[in-house]
Amino acid sequence: MDADNKVRRKEVLSSMCEQRARMLQDQFSVSVNHVHALAILVSTFHYDKDPSAIDQDTFAEYTARTAFERPLLSGVAYAERVKHSEREKFERQHDWTIKTMKREPSPIRDEYAPVIFSQETVSYIESLDMMSGEEDRENILRARATGKAVLTSPFRLLGSHHLGVVLTFPVYKSKLPSKPTVEERIEATAGYLGGAFDVESLVEYLLGQLAGNQAILVNVYDITNSSDHLIMYGHQNQDGDLALLHESQLDFGDPFRKHQMICRYHQKATTSWTALTTAFLFFVICLLVGYILYGAAIHIVKVEDDFHEMQELMVRAEAADVAKSQFLATVSHEIRTPMNGILGMLALLLDTDLSSTQRDYAQTAQVCGKALITLINEVLDRAKIEAGKLELETVPFDLRSILDDVLSLFSEKSRNKGLELAVFVSDKVPEMVMGDPGRFRQIITNLVGNSVKFTERGHIFVEVHVAENPKPIDDAKAETCLNGGALISGGRRFNTLSGYEAADERNSWDSFQHLVTAKALQDDASVKMEVADEASQSVTLMVSVEDTGIGIPLIAQHRVFTPFMQADSSTSRNYGGTGIGLSITKCLVELMGGHISFISRPQVGSTFSFTTVFGRCEKASLGVGDTKKSNAEDLPSGFRGLKAIVVDGKPVRAAVTRYHLKRLGILVEVANNVKIAASACGKNDSSCGSKIQPDIVLVEKDSWLSGEDGSMNLRMFDWKHNGHMFKLPKLILLATNITNAELEKAKAAGFADTTIMKPLRASMVAACLQQVLGTGKRQPGNGMLNGSSVLGGLLCGKKILVVDDNMVNRRVAAGALKKFGAAVECAESGKAALKLLQLPHSFDACFMDIQMPEMDGFEATRRIRMMETRANEQMNGDTDQGSVRKDEWHLPILAMTADVIHATYDECLKCGMDGYVSKPFEEENLYQAVAKFFKTKPVSDS
Amino acid sequence: MNQMAIAALKNQYKSFVQSMFDEGVLDNQFSQLQDLQDSSNPNFVDEVITLFCNDAERIITEMNRYLNYQNVDFSKLDSHVHQLKGSSSSIGAHRLKLACVNLRQASYERNKEECVEAFNSIRHEYCLLRSKFQFLMQIERRIVALENNQQ
Repeated sequence: MDADNKVRRKEVLSSMCEQRARMLQDQFSVSVNHVHALAILVSTFHYDKDPSAIDQDTFAEYTARTAFERPLLSGVAYAERVKHSEREKFERQHDWTIKTMKREPSPIRDEYAPVIFSQETVSYIESLDMMSGEEDRENILRARATGKAVLTSPFRLLGSHHLGVVLTFPVYKSKLPSKPTVEERIEATAGYLGGAFDVESLVEYLLGQLAGNQAILVNVYDITNSSDHLIMYGHQNQDGDLALLHESQLDFGDPFRKHQMICRYHQKATTSWTALTTAFLFFVICLLVGYILYGAAIHIVKVEDDFHEMQELMVRAEAADVAKSQFLATVSHEIRTPMNGILGMLALLLDTDLSSTQRDYAQTAQVCGKALITLINEVLDRAKIEAGKLELETVPFDLRSILDDVLSLFSEKSRNKGLELAVFVSDKVPEMVMGDPGRFRQIITNLVGNSVKFTERGHIFVEVHVAENPKPIDDAKAETCLNGGALISGGRRFNTLSGYEAADERNSWDSFQHLVTAKALQDDASVKMEVADEASQSVTLMVSVEDTGIGIPLIAQHRVFTPFMQADSSTSRNYGGTGIGLSITKCLVELMGGHISFISRPQVGSTFSFTTVFGRCEKASLGVGDTKKSNAEDLPSGFRGLKAIVVDGKPVRAAVTRYHLKRLGILVEVANNVKIAASACGKNDSSCGSKIQPDIVLVEKDSWLSGEDGSMNLRMFDWKHNGHMFKLPKLILLATNITNAELEKAKAAGFADTTIMKPLRASMVAACLQQVLGTGKRQPGNGMLNGSSVLGGLLCGKKILVVDDNMVNRRVAAGALKKFGAAVECAESGKAALKLLQLPHSFDACFMDIQMPEMDGFEATRRIRMMETRANEQMNGDTDQGSVRKDEWHLPILAMTADVIHATYDECLKCGMDGYVSKPFEEENLYQAVAKFFKTKPVSDS
Repeated sequence: MNQMAIAALKNQYKSFVQSMFDEGVLDNQFSQLQDLQDSSNPNFVDEVITLFCNDAERIITEMNRYLNYQNVDFSKLDSHVHQLKGSSSSIGAHRLKLACVNLRQASYERNKEECVEAFNSIRHEYCLLRSKFQFLMQIERRIVALENNQQ
């Protein structure tokens, strides 16, 4: 840009300079022309006329009046050529003597050129001899030789002391030949017309007329002598922009002299206005950017500082939080002990004779105390979770039995309220899973407890599915959404468990069916599926608890999981509770690797669903661990293969019933109503005997009552079968709650066998069936529900050795075995055991601890086996005698250990043990282990 | 009258045991023990608790001795913890058992500081357990006394 600007500047300068030079030159030549005209005037009127027509006055007047024509000339004068021979005559004629420039009488010369006419402005040179001045003389000589106007070099003019030049023009007497020689010219010369150019003031004047004269500096030089330029105008040493100048040649009509005009700018760098602003703006921008960067840096530093501060605060807050939780945990513990005392004493007090007021007070105190204990337990739980003290167990457990347990907890309440309470676990959920059964139970208990609390009618339904392929659920959901409108607008009964509408339509029959059928379809491919399933180590379960209660108000839904926040304050008034339960539940669910959510519609109900991740039980540990079902109840297997018909109009409820029966190994058919059931029986019955001959018919109370004439229908079974050899199917009524009158009616109608009160649980159903069917296997007392009596049968009268170095363990094991009628002896070390087991001995079995000092269980077993082998070899050599007592010596030895890992089991087998009992003893697995050895032998003593 | 008192005491006994379950002091094993007690073996639980306490106190004293040595014999320590763990798990003292597991872990890692810490928690758990057991046994004795009275 600067370069651009320079070029432009240069162009402007050159054009201005040229313009000035041309003007000066034009003006100059105008003046020269005029002087030429004057010369011709003088020649014409002074010499060609006789007598002369011009005298001084005429000349003065004329020149004065034509002065405007010669603006560059300060004045003109005419000097006559006077030869020395003519001097006297001339002086006489003019009446003055010729003087030199210094106004002295002229000395004698060859020739003189005294001024005879002069313009008034220069009248002081009259009578001066022009040839006496060096400059003028030279000028004169050159002028007359060339016949042209000539110029002097610049000098200080007389009078004004301005720089100027003198222009000299020759005037010839007579007409010259067309091409005169120099001599002819000199000869013909009559005089000289001269004018002084006051170059300085004239150029000044000229420039003043032009625009832009301030901007540029003009110098005019006489450059005739190329080595020594003479200045004509301007100052020799003027500052200005020396970098840029322009030279213009001037032609003033004198070929001998050369003139030049040099222009330059006054100021150096007006150039950079734009450049300057650009630079300035650039600078400003840089400054701003710099400032912004600086500001940003400062800000970053500040934010970082803040961040660190916050972090520190957070750490402190967290520490405080943990401390708080720990404090709560401790304090809760400490409160609980005295509280138990208070409650116990209150219970005692209530058992004494009290007046009604006193009883009221005591009861109130007891209720309050219980509420307080519940609260403390909850706070403790929460505090434990927050303090990170809660450890989750990982043990194998049976999810189904836990759900049954929880149901049994609430069965009383739900029956009183007339609620359907049911649980359904999908077949795909593994029998045993690894996890924390206690916490799982707590979650379910919390959710079901809430549901029971807030539900007055309808149902509470717990469902467990495998959440591995959520796709069918989505499909089903879409499907239900489509159906949803119809359901609502139709105003008919909903296809849920109890027929009441549920908040989450996913659980309605449509999707339920979808899930069940999807599962059924997959059953074909189940072998493959299982292989694939086994590969993954964990299983994600989707558990939902659906109720048809009051629901959660929309505004309260977001804070349901916040501790101490109930839906609204009236909730705690009406229903009690602290509102901490759900927050604990949420924590627990998250600890177990799942998450919880809910759908709720006020006055319709709520559905809480959560996912949870459990480990799969390894095959190996299952093999061993059949004995290790710590939480599993042994469902009796005596019902396997029985056939049942469930009569229920509600498909979901029927599916639940079927689920429980299936767990008992019973084949189940579902019929919508009694008629269908009866006809199904009849048909099969008549066609090919007992193919689907039902052993049991379970009838839902609703279905029975809704039948037009229930009793009639029921008789149909009797009628059908009376004519045949087959035993009658047992009729069982399923009811949530039943009045005495209804019960009577039911009995009359044919349900003589029994009534099962819901909620259904597999074990309870089993017990009822046991009662109804009168199974031969039934033991006196409590029946098959727990194995103790069976175990008693197995162990009674057996002599058993318990080897354990731990006194307490020994005592407990002995106690357990004694309870079942076994005679127990104890040994406190491997060595002692060996001593006792010297052959022959009378022990029937040995329970051996593995980890013992000196000689461990493995070693002891190996030695016992060695002894036995030796004894057996001897016997084989001596066959006849040996067979008297037993075929061979082989004492069943069972390891007792707390480890359940596979390697231990292998080791046990390797050293000759027969089995494995988990320590501490549990009846079920003890039974399982012992049964292997004693089952085959007749139970003589029971 | 007496019967009511017995019922109340039994109730209290039950709820106290329940609270111990809830706190995780005891686990299912203890209820198994309770099941083992019947008319043929009326003092079984009492007896086992006493055995347990004596044993545990002996072991804890031993462990304390070992831990006070400059160079801890970790294998000895471990065998003692193992004993205590076995008894605890037999009696169903869940939290004590967990504390034992911690000490075993620490002793396996040969970390004395953690051993001492775990040992302290064992001691703490044991004291807690003993006081609770004592309370239980008191109730038990009162029940027995009342029952004898009745007869």
